[in-house]
Amino acid sequence: MTDPKIPVTEDELHAFVDDELPAERRADVEAWLAAHPGDAARVRSWRTMASLLHARYDAVAAEPMPQRLELERLARQSQSRHWMIGAVAAALLAFVAGGSVGWLARGASAAPSSFRTFALDALDAHRTYVVEVRHPVEVAGDERAHLQQWLSKRVGYAVKAPDLDSSGLKLVGGRLLPGPDAPAAFFMYETASGERFTLYTSRAKTDTTQMRYAAQDKNGALFWADKGVGYVVSGLADKARLNTVARAIYDQTEKVGG
Amino acid sequence: MIDAAEVAVSTYRWIPGDGDNLMSAFRDGVESLIPALRRYARALARDADIADDLVQDTLVRALRSEKLFIGGDLRAWLYTILTNLNRNRRRSLARKPVFTELFDTNADAGGTEAEGRDISRALAALGDEQREVLLLVMLEGLSYREVADIQGVPIGTVMSRLARARSHVKAYLDGERPALRAIK
Repeated sequence: MTDPKIPVTEDELHAFVDDELPAERRADVEAWLAAHPGDAARVRSWRTMASLLHARYDAVAAEPMPQRLELERLARQSQSRHWMIGAVAAALLAFVAGGSVGWLARGASAAPSSFRTFALDALDAHRTYVVEVRHPVEVAGDERAHLQQWLSKRVGYAVKAPDLDSSGLKLVGGRLLPGPDAPAAFFMYETASGERFTLYTSRAKTDTTQMRYAAQDKNGALFWADKGVGYVVSGLADKARLNTVARAIYDQTEKVGG
Repeated sequence: MIDAAEVAVSTYRWIPGDGDNLMSAFRDGVESLIPALRRYARALARDADIADDLVQDTLVRALRSEKLFIGGDLRAWLYTILTNLNRNRRRSLARKPVFTELFDTNADAGGTEAEGRDISRALAALGDEQREVLLLVMLEGLSYREVADIQGVPIGTVMSRLARARSHVKAYLDGERPALRAIK
């Protein structure tokens, strides 16, 4: 038996709550708590905290398992990926000299969220092309019908360049880009004062997400996925302004999607 | 209350020579822990997509090391992988673009009382190490010893992190505005 007169320490109070206290000291702590209402209240608050945590997060364990977490599937993928990594690495080796190192490194380290990679690719494209004065696009905005037809064919779903006149944005034109999972359609818009926004859209592995925001340097992007198609709207990092433009685009793509 | 972690077989030992059975025992063990890992990841990252990304990466990493896993506590090992992946993620986010929820009201910076005192907001105000300890002990029921191994620190450090985390969360739930971001 320990001496009940030895004061109970802060550590012991925690250990008591967490069942880490030696059994022979428990009775001492209980006696201590009966005599020290302040400590007793704190111990109670920790227990409440634990039940709040469980109340908030236990439901997650009961949620249906997303397919991507199925172990069988992951095991199969990791087997087939072994040779793929070799093949891809060999193919890309040729590109390394050309400055694709950053891309490669990202592919290797940021596999965690393919949809984020998607947004980052779009931001890269945005940065690359908005500064272009003479060749910002492959097909100019006055050939809208041709542009849409061409890009739809390449990305594999009906792509429309949203009409953003009401937001003061004129279509500069568009181009085809390589996307993380599939070819991407890229549209550029411009205000009268020369401020540029871009829309990047491609088939995504992610089915549907909420709208999210990413910022890099002075650029910002709002991105979301809808029925397996990803959209990224990039511009200067001004959330409110981007939001207005993205909403206008979202409203128009929604009608097209299917 | 679901406590999948309790159900899981916690200790694994390789017995040489029975490859197939052990492999499936390993996978069964991992599989039974997925629900608890998702719960921990969700509380850690507070975003469903990021959380499942973390779990997916943890599983991929675990499968890759399947043949290297030579016994020990499977559960603690998976929590260790997930915790480290989350730290890597946070570190790379510090260098990379900042992702935020578009409509995040950012309670730390001045949310209103009307938003209520959601425990997840209290977690958001904690530093990484404190949040890890708090969740591993209080939500996942790991022992101080296991958490010390996961974080690679002495038990005393775990206990002081836990004490500080609890006091921050308590202050938050009691209605004090988190004046300072918890320092590790």
